[in-house]
Amino acid sequence: MKALLKDLKKRFEISKVVQQRPDEVFVTVKKDDAVALITHLKTQEGFTHLVLLTAVDWIEDGKFQLTYLLNNNSDKQDIGIRVMLDRQDPVMESIHHLWKQAVTYQRELKEMFGIDFPNSPRIDEPFILEGWKDIPPYRRDFDTKQYSEDTYFPRPGRETHDPSEYMKKKLYPEE
Amino acid sequence: MSMKDLEKRMVTGPDGEQFEVDPMQDYFCQEPPKVHKASSLKIWEDFLNWARSESLWILGYGTGCGAIEMRPLMTPRYDAFQYGIQWRPTPRQSNVLVIGGYMSVKTLKRVVRSYEQMQGPKYVLGLGSCTINGGMYWDSYNTINRLDHYLPVDVYITGCMPRPESLLAGFAKLKKLIREGKGEGQNKYAENFEWYKANQKKIIKNWDMPDYNW
Repeated sequence: MKALLKDLKKRFEISKVVQQRPDEVFVTVKKDDAVALITHLKTQEGFTHLVLLTAVDWIEDGKFQLTYLLNNNSDKQDIGIRVMLDRQDPVMESIHHLWKQAVTYQRELKEMFGIDFPNSPRIDEPFILEGWKDIPPYRRDFDTKQYSEDTYFPRPGRETHDPSEYMKKKLYPEE
Repeated sequence: MSMKDLEKRMVTGPDGEQFEVDPMQDYFCQEPPKVHKASSLKIWEDFLNWARSESLWILGYGTGCGAIEMRPLMTPRYDAFQYGIQWRPTPRQSNVLVIGGYMSVKTLKRVVRSYEQMQGPKYVLGLGSCTINGGMYWDSYNTINRLDHYLPVDVYITGCMPRPESLLAGFAKLKKLIREGKGEGQNKYAENFEWYKANQKKIIKNWDMPDYNW
């Protein structure tokens, strides 16, 4: 893993390396270098399995973080490639020419976060939400509880029986 | 189904001749559903209710997590077939719709179409707490909270998920209801058709089916 990281640092501009476990490492690259790095890892270094492609909404920094998780089955290594995108205009190059299954992940991200992957096949087809007109629901500024209360009639009389609250009331009734 | 399928178009028949088809007129029912009154002869109605309760055919549509609790009922251990309950492939041959678990908006559109295509008298069973008050997914942007605003529910079976024995108890309760003459879900749907339809259309935003899908 160390040799691999040294080699990658020579070829690409890697800004941050986080070693979670002996066989798992997360590197952060710029958006323009990301596809080149992924292609290099897939073709030359043996990371042929795309495990997943997810996004994290850092609303405080105004960024979306995309994480591509790749796996090398022969060496049993995992590498995660993090790409920071601007939250106002999230566009990223598609990697569907490397792995066909990326099409589904990219479709989900477009629908749930609003991250666009131009030229990805079937990117505009609705994935789970049909006829959705609000902002993409996985974003942190979407209040899902409020939306649920407004659209779906909540049944009144919902109560919780939290054991700690109950015991507190029972043991210390004067507070 | 899309809006294109509902427009008038020219179709070539099996023997090569071209004819015009208007799907809204030719394929679907034009009027809203009707209320079907019980027979005036009490003894005949009791006999019909007995027959209905002893042969509940369920539509084999596993809408949510509840589908996995229906599978043990087909096995020898819990055996629903001894009660006359079987699973049918099409809505045209079934009269019970079991809504298992949470109901997302995408599923609701298909379930409404299936429910309206079933032959009466039809009953709806709500499985799990998600049909009652939203359950675990009460604050989700995609699942409904109260099933009885969209479909007329006869029996709710609580649990998350209920065990197969609870399901059998629910069926026994449904049978008792039908025998007493209280299985009136279909008539409730027909009487409050506009209200149900308004609720459904409020959340199903890409409505591309006729209003009444019989």
